[in-house]
Amino acid sequence: MTLLGLRGATVRFGERTVLDAVDLDVAEHEVVCVLGPSGSGKSTLLRAVAGLQPLDAGQVLLDGADHAGVPAHRRGVGLMFQDHQLFPQRDVGGNVAFGLRMHGVSRAEQDRRVAELLDLVGLPGAARRPVAALSGGEQQRVALARALAPRPRLLMLDEPLGQLDRSLRERLVVELRELFGRLGTTVLAVTHDQGEAFALADRVVVMRDGRIAQSGTPLEVWQRPADAFVARFLGFDNVAEATVAGTAAITPWGKVPVGEAAPQGPRTVLVRPAGVRVGTAGEGLRCTVAARTFRGTHVALQLQPEDAPRLEAACALRDAPEVGAVVGVEFDAAEVVVLG
Amino acid sequence: MALPVVFFGVFFAYPVAAIVARGLHADGVWQFGRIGDVLADPGIRHVLWFTTWQALASTALTLLVALPGAYVFARLDFPGKGVLRAVVTVPFVLPTVVVGTAFLALVGRGGLLDAWWGVRLDTTVWAILIAHVFFNYAVVVRTVGGLWAQLDPRQEEAARMLGASPLTAWRRVTLPALAPAVAAAALMVFLFTFTSFGVVQILGGPTFSTLEVEIYRQTSEVFDLATAAVLTLVQFAAVGLILLAHAWTVRRRETALRLVDASATARRPRGAGQWALLAGVLATAAVLLVLPLAVLVQRSFGGGLDYYRALTHEDGTFLVAPITAIATSLEYAAAATVIAVAIGGLAAAALARRDAGRLVRGFDALLMLPLGVSAVTVGFGFLIALDEPPLDLRSSWILVPLAQALVGAPFVVRTMLPVLRATDARLREAAAVLGASPWRVWREVDLPMVRRALLVAAGFAFAVSLGEFGATVFIARPDRPTLPVAVARLLGRPGDLNYGQAMALSTILMVVCAVALLVLERLRPRTASAGAADGMGEL
Repeated sequence: MTLLGLRGATVRFGERTVLDAVDLDVAEHEVVCVLGPSGSGKSTLLRAVAGLQPLDAGQVLLDGADHAGVPAHRRGVGLMFQDHQLFPQRDVGGNVAFGLRMHGVSRAEQDRRVAELLDLVGLPGAARRPVAALSGGEQQRVALARALAPRPRLLMLDEPLGQLDRSLRERLVVELRELFGRLGTTVLAVTHDQGEAFALADRVVVMRDGRIAQSGTPLEVWQRPADAFVARFLGFDNVAEATVAGTAAITPWGKVPVGEAAPQGPRTVLVRPAGVRVGTAGEGLRCTVAARTFRGTHVALQLQPEDAPRLEAACALRDAPEVGAVVGVEFDAAEVVVLG
Repeated sequence: MALPVVFFGVFFAYPVAAIVARGLHADGVWQFGRIGDVLADPGIRHVLWFTTWQALASTALTLLVALPGAYVFARLDFPGKGVLRAVVTVPFVLPTVVVGTAFLALVGRGGLLDAWWGVRLDTTVWAILIAHVFFNYAVVVRTVGGLWAQLDPRQEEAARMLGASPLTAWRRVTLPALAPAVAAAALMVFLFTFTSFGVVQILGGPTFSTLEVEIYRQTSEVFDLATAAVLTLVQFAAVGLILLAHAWTVRRRETALRLVDASATARRPRGAGQWALLAGVLATAAVLLVLPLAVLVQRSFGGGLDYYRALTHEDGTFLVAPITAIATSLEYAAAATVIAVAIGGLAAAALARRDAGRLVRGFDALLMLPLGVSAVTVGFGFLIALDEPPLDLRSSWILVPLAQALVGAPFVVRTMLPVLRATDARLREAAAVLGASPWRVWREVDLPMVRRALLVAAGFAFAVSLGEFGATVFIARPDRPTLPVAVARLLGRPGDLNYGQAMALSTILMVVCAVALLVLERLRPRTASAGAADGMGEL
């Protein structure tokens, strides 16, 4: 059952087209994450669905009904703002109860629901605390409780974990995922952080310049980026133009093996760092180690071939060569992707 | 939006238009030739020139004297700050006639300076300039200081960490943020001094005359309505131009500032520099603001309590005992405040909308016009325009509050607009997404934010209404004079008793204003849960 549908949604700010004929469906109980660099139009997308930003063309459908002209407060969707936007003059309980009050919920029911939600987000008994005294993580939880309180049919999150520190972010993303699963909430979130998107979403939508570049499960997007932009945005730097012939691609790094079903002709090729095998000098492509970065589970190497773009390689700590060492590089066909 | 437009249309534009028409429309034809005739007159040209340069000089002098005061009130914490803030605001709302007289007592013949050092300033322009600083000190301190107190000091600290000296950090970070407030304050001071009436009337003598004084003279002494109408038009045009220029500069600079709780930014003075600054500001306030008022009070007790006792008796001057003017003034001022806050609040809310069109924004500037256009003209216009059907209000008590609200409403707008505009629009959006209708968004988000600004605005409107003289003098009924009108009437009578009574009544007016402002200073919302929005209205 499709809950939200965007049909050719277009928003222009003056000359600039921020949303360019976007089509997107979000099914009930689905968690969709819109991923893109800043300025790709993802926040505008949320604002358009919320009714805070009128469309210049296209439609926003909620439960199949066009919502053009329906003001934000009658759309029944929730939006958690990037910097939370808690009401500074109200305490935690006042913030969480706000939406309930707007919907005419009785006082007793408000109190019950506030307590329940604060329990849910891990802040039991915090109702009387002033919001100014909350830490960033606590503010985020209060904002979430506030957005959930009126039971919106669609919950939207704008960079939900953007300003929090890393460990907190990683913990909260797991909590959110669990919470949404338990409540069956339909979620449309936007983020620029791929880790967040992959951890949170059933489906990831990558945006670029107001258009959707790719849509798919986290695994699909990760394994088969649609194009060079998506690949680079996901953090893959070994992307190059190539000509595919049979099971080999001619790249600036020389011949790279590809899978048997690979599309032929001029293509863009992605070599994952794990597919760059570092061996002894004299075998394969001759490279100098330009930099090595310890990544916890592995070491990321920057390899400089003699007359080709740099390659990133991942290798185990004990195998990692020193900076300045000369190595030979070979490629693993299983980690090479021929992009659309 | 519609209500403020109608209000200003009926009670401002219409009367002013009526008086202009009365002056320039004779024998069934428009006589625009008179404009040229009047402006060619060397005497009038002299008046125009003097009006302009004394206003510029007064504004510069006020900024010079009051900006350190704004800093001290914003960033330093010292005992008695609240009381002192109320005290410096009192001069602003005192009737101009009283201030003129107080300064005459201070710097004129037989005055304090004359008695001690043989110095007299009443024949020089300095008396006017100093009196203008006296009046407008509070405008700068409250407008600039109010915003200053809420600027996040960490912004300056960030600049310091980037290598800026304290002075550079102030100049590059704080000053640009303050600029709109400084511009707004300077504009107000310029407007008030440009249209200065009572002060110039008394201290200027025959030598110095502003446009406003000239309009009054032409209207009530020479009975040359045509010349008065032309001068009104000139003043109207000048003020309109200033306001448009101001609206333009402010719009270019207005940004959503990062505001913090005012009480968190002030701290005890540290170091010789800050102590010296505090001492300097306190000394300035004492000499410039308190001394004239002290002289006034001292004179009111010149005959023991005789002058005060005399206020309770009816005599030939009044149909009623002068003391009844207190109740009358309070009633009028309360009614005027309600009207001003309602009209000004609606206008401010409409103007603060981010999607407000050019037309609405233009209204922003128009709202200030009643301040700039001669109060005398407004009062006289009320008499001419509102005394016949369809609008016969001449015998209605509401006439006086209406005129006073006209002067008070721009203050309300000026006080509330910066706070409304500084409120993060996404906070409103957050409320809307949670199901709040636009009206509820205003009530739930904007109102708590501006509550303090609203109180301050109401206080200003109340005080301004209490002290309003130029318009009220025309329309107050003889048996229901307001305090300033009663003072002026007493001053107009010869004899020590009348003079003393005027001083006594002025003292009472001053005390009423001071109490009103003091109550306002104390009216702070609960601080515990209010957080950052708490101090937002400090303007």
